[in-house]
Amino acid sequence: MTVRVLDKLKERFGSAILETHSNFGDDTALVAPASWKEICTFLRKDPQMDFDLIIDLCGVDYPHRAETNERIEIVLHLCSLPKRARLRLKTRVGDEELNGAEVDSVTHIWPGANWFERETFDMMGVKFRGHPDLRRILMYPEFEGHPLLKDYPAARTQPLVQYRNEEEAGLPLEKIAPFREDEGMSFGRNVWNSADENN
Amino acid sequence: MSNQPTRTIALEANEQGFATTRLDALLGWARKYSLFQYPFVTACCGMEFMSVASPRFDLARFGAEAPRFSPRQADLLWVVGTISQRQAPVLRRIYEQMMDPKWVMAFGTCASCGGFYDNYTTVPGIDKIIPCDIYIPGCPPRPEAALDGLLLLQDKIARGDRTPGIVKPREDPMTHLRQHPRGLPLLGGIPNSIPPSGGPSAGSKSDKEHT
Ligand code: SF4
Repeated sequence: MTVRVLDKLKERFGSAILETHSNFGDDTALVAPASWKEICTFLRKDPQMDFDLIIDLCGVDYPHRAETNERIEIVLHLCSLPKRARLRLKTRVGDEELNGAEVDSVTHIWPGANWFERETFDMMGVKFRGHPDLRRILMYPEFEGHPLLKDYPAARTQPLVQYRNEEEAGLPLEKIAPFREDEGMSFGRNVWNSADENN
Repeated sequence: MSNQPTRTIALEANEQGFATTRLDALLGWARKYSLFQYPFVTACCGMEFMSVASPRFDLARFGAEAPRFSPRQADLLWVVGTISQRQAPVLRRIYEQMMDPKWVMAFGTCASCGGFYDNYTTVPGIDKIIPCDIYIPGCPPRPEAALDGLLLLQDKIARGDRTPGIVKPREDPMTHLRQHPRGLPLLGGIPNSIPPSGGPSAGSKSDKEHT
C-alpha cells in the first residue's frame, strides 16, 4: 500500500514530485509548490487515494535554504481512514524576505485546514491563496512580524498594554531570563544574546 | 492595635460597656475577614486554585469563601495562571473595574514573573501592568502556599501595609539533602561546597559538619 501511494503520485505528476522517501513507513513526498492544490485534490478525490482526514498543516523555517527560494517548508499530514494509509506532503516556498511565500489554500478540499493555515500564516508569514479568512489566529492584529521565523528576536515582545514605569511599579522591569546556564538551561536567553553579540 | 497590649473585656449579662480601638484598625480587621474574591483563572494553576477553594483546603475558613464573578463586587483579584500579551488589556480592565480598596494576588510563577514562558507571548509578571500585593511562587504552588499567601495578605490588610509580599517556602528541600550522609545524592555533592544561602533554615548544624 504505502509504496503504491508514492508510486502513483510519481506516475501521475512526474516532475512535480521532487523527492520521495518512506523511512520507517513514513511516506513523504516533496512536491513543487505550483502543483500543491492539484496534488491535494487528487489525493482527496481519487477513489484509490481517498485521503479524507487532515491531521496537521504547519510550517518550518530553514533560513539557509533562502537562496533557492525554499525558505519555508510547509508540511501537510494526511490520513486515509478507508485505506488505512498516512502520507506526509511537503513543499518549499519563499526567499529571505518571504517574497513568494505563497501556496494555494487547501481549505476547500479539507475544511479542517482553515485554522491550520491561519496559524501557519500567523507564525510563519506564509500566504494561502484562496483562503476564506486569512487573519492572525493566535497573535493579536497589532502584532508585527511572524514570531516563529528564526530571525524574530528571541527577546522581542510587543505589549498591548503599556508596562507601568519603574517608580510606579517599584521594581526593575527589564525581562530577566528565568534560568541561567548553570541552572540547566544552556539554550536560554543569555546564550542566545551572547551569540547575537558575536555576530 | 498591634502595638497595644491585648486586653480581655468580659461583660456580664445585662452589664453595659464599650471597648475602644482605632478606626483604621477596626476597618482593617473587618476587611481582612470579608474578602470577596474574583478568580481570574487562565491556566494550569487553576487546578490548584480549585483545590484551595474546595472543601479539602477550604478557603472559607479564612473568611474568603465568596467568589464574585463580577469584578465590581470583588475586592481581591486572584490572578491564577499565565497572562498572555493578548489577555493583558482584559486583566487591566478587570482590575480597573474593581472598587477600592482592592488587593491583587499573583498565584503561581507565571503570574508572578512569566515563568518559563520567556518569549513573545507572555507578560513577564502581572506587576508589569497592575499593582500586585502578594506573590505565591510555585509551578503550580501547593494549596498550602496559597493559604499562606492569604494569611499574609490578611496580615498586611490589618496593618494597612501595601508593600508586596512573597510567600516563603514552608521548608527548604535542600536542607534535607544537605543532611544526607553522603552529601547530595542526586546532584553529585556539588552544592556541599556552596555556603548556606541565608534562608530561614539554612544555618542548621549539618552545614557546620560539612565545612
Ligand atoms: S506557574 Fe506553572 S502551573 Fe501555574 S500557570 Fe504557570 S505553568 Fe501552569
